[in-house]
Amino acid sequence: MRTLLFEALSALQLEERISLVETECLVSCLEGPSIMLLPGGNVHQVLTKDNFTEILHDLIARAEHPHSPLFSAPPKDTQIPRITDLDFFAGQELVVLRNRGHIDAESIEEYIAHDGYLALCKTVTTLSPEDVTEEIKKSGLRGRGGAGFPTGRKWEEARKYKSYPKYVICNGDEGDPGAFMDRSIMESDPHAVLEGMILCGYATGSNQGYIYVRAEYPLAIQMLQCAIDTARCRGLLGKNIMGSGFDFDIKIYPGAGAFVCGESTALMYSIEGKRGMPRVKPPRSTESGLWGKPTCLNNVETFANIPRIVLNGSDWFRSIGTDDSTGTKVFSLTGAVKNVGLVEVPMGTDLQTIIFDIGGGIRGNGKFKAVQLGGPSGGCLTEEHLTIPVTFDSLQKEGAMMGSGGVVVMDDTNCMVDVARFFTQFCVDESCGKCVPCRTGLKAMLEILEKIIIGKGEPEDLDLLEHLANHIAKTAHCGLGQAAPNPVLSTLRYFRHEYEAHIYDRRCPALVCTNLIQFKIDTDLCKRCGLCAQVCPVDAVTWTKKELPVLDREKCIRCKSCIRACKFRAIY
Amino acid sequence: MSGEELEKIKKLYIEERKQEAQRGMINIIVHMGTCGISAGARDIFDALVTELEKVDLRHIRIRTTGCAGLCSSEPMITIEIPGQMPVRYGHLDTQKVVEIFYSHVLAGRIKTEYAISTGWEKPQSRVAGG
Repeated sequence: MRTLLFEALSALQLEERISLVETECLVSCLEGPSIMLLPGGNVHQVLTKDNFTEILHDLIARAEHPHSPLFSAPPKDTQIPRITDLDFFAGQELVVLRNRGHIDAESIEEYIAHDGYLALCKTVTTLSPEDVTEEIKKSGLRGRGGAGFPTGRKWEEARKYKSYPKYVICNGDEGDPGAFMDRSIMESDPHAVLEGMILCGYATGSNQGYIYVRAEYPLAIQMLQCAIDTARCRGLLGKNIMGSGFDFDIKIYPGAGAFVCGESTALMYSIEGKRGMPRVKPPRSTESGLWGKPTCLNNVETFANIPRIVLNGSDWFRSIGTDDSTGTKVFSLTGAVKNVGLVEVPMGTDLQTIIFDIGGGIRGNGKFKAVQLGGPSGGCLTEEHLTIPVTFDSLQKEGAMMGSGGVVVMDDTNCMVDVARFFTQFCVDESCGKCVPCRTGLKAMLEILEKIIIGKGEPEDLDLLEHLANHIAKTAHCGLGQAAPNPVLSTLRYFRHEYEAHIYDRRCPALVCTNLIQFKIDTDLCKRCGLCAQVCPVDAVTWTKKELPVLDREKCIRCKSCIRACKFRAIY
Repeated sequence: MSGEELEKIKKLYIEERKQEAQRGMINIIVHMGTCGISAGARDIFDALVTELEKVDLRHIRIRTTGCAGLCSSEPMITIEIPGQMPVRYGHLDTQKVVEIFYSHVLAGRIKTEYAISTGWEKPQSRVAGG
């Protein structure tokens, strides 16, 4: 116990101020070591496991108030803000994420204790499949994967076709860079997804579900599998669910690293063991999908909403959000903001609230420049768009869309030409190769962008870029190709001056495109602080106190450490 | 599994938590979504387990949950002591977590310099508390 006490004090860094001195027995040696606290003289007989915490408490109090003979009460927690007062949490309304940070995903008991599987119980005992579909239709729930198709109508369609077996698929591919909402739902509250899928099976007449989870989410796969196993054990999944005679089982199908397999028809081919390539629609998947059978495919977040709607009613769901976009939306807020994380707000909240109130604004001393919504298909928005309420349809005429919920915030250290190149590169890598516009056209766009970035851009390039982008958007075979030109189109629309600076002035205003940086020092802006000399890994910057630093361009390896360190943007 | 059995599981869970709270059971919750793990939550979890094994006190339990939402403050833990508001700590490392263990969990003194919030998010409320 003595060692333990010493370790506790070391951990609290109090070992300097409190010394443990062994002396002769104070009271009774038979019982064990006794402790006397000096000054003051509290004697605790026998240091044991039971009084250990009390003694520790005493010691800490003494360390903080060395002159007080009595131990003081613990400080009140009034200095710590309530979580509901913190900007990040105060602005959110949790429906899908109601259990976050609160329940153990591997415990079905915790899910049940928080009203889990009550919707399933209500459904199989009191509702018909048509009742469920009607309720979802009335709620106005639209697909949360980005396309926003009315979920109730999709279920109704899938029910209509009398061809068996029918399938329910959960799209957990989440390929958008910067999006992690679905990952969080699958890892933290997997039973909500399962419950939504079982209800979908009941409503559409299906007995088999698949969850397509991207292979890059191993924890999500593990949590979902655990949830499936425990639900099956409890008779909430599998044969004769809750004694109702309704069978429904779920299998997990991991992806293999292809963004295009997030597209519903490519996903179904992937499950069939074929190459993930989208196909022409009609026929829609609800008529002929997986193995040619009626298939209802929905996003993870869409399924997570279903139990709440069935339990609380469509009127409740309609009371949140706007008329044509009901309910909440989970956004993954990332990029140059102070508070990076998951934000769930009612539909119709504007970006000003999400980025500046909830997100805490731009981190460091940067200035807001643009925000990319919905991954590579989203398009970017600028300061003038921040007050538009975000819904499925509200941003289309600005050249953007809400998408699946990824919100990447950019500040003045991001080059919009480079951002366009990044997303175009991503789409080139992920293109399935089936159609010419996407396979060849995107590659051509990428080559032009790379030319501009290294400083070899020509004025005609901008017109060609725009022409290509519009053409590809109209002629590509699937959503990947149709939406891939959006980053280029929206950055050309709102940041044409940056492209022109790259082409005409051979300059990158954000100091990102290395070829266009001269590594010279602006004598007016430089405050002679010497920080650049400190961070340079190859000692290419020489500086003496209060003097202008000198940059040796022969030694310089163009790593931009100096530019990142300079608080005054004096290096260009 | 019937509706009554679901209700029973829920009631049993709530009852168990109530009794634990009455016995003074302290919960240390480590938030371990992928965001937390990539920030070091597993090391923190291991450090807590090691310290708990050393003191061998039965009224302390370590639980894990998924992502708590504020990923930029990971790794985070929440300390729930019956009768008090839960305290969430952020931006932790193994050193800070051991300090919190001895100072807050054992000796009841909150480490305010590492704390980021108290209380629960709405609409959450502890099942035990109703």
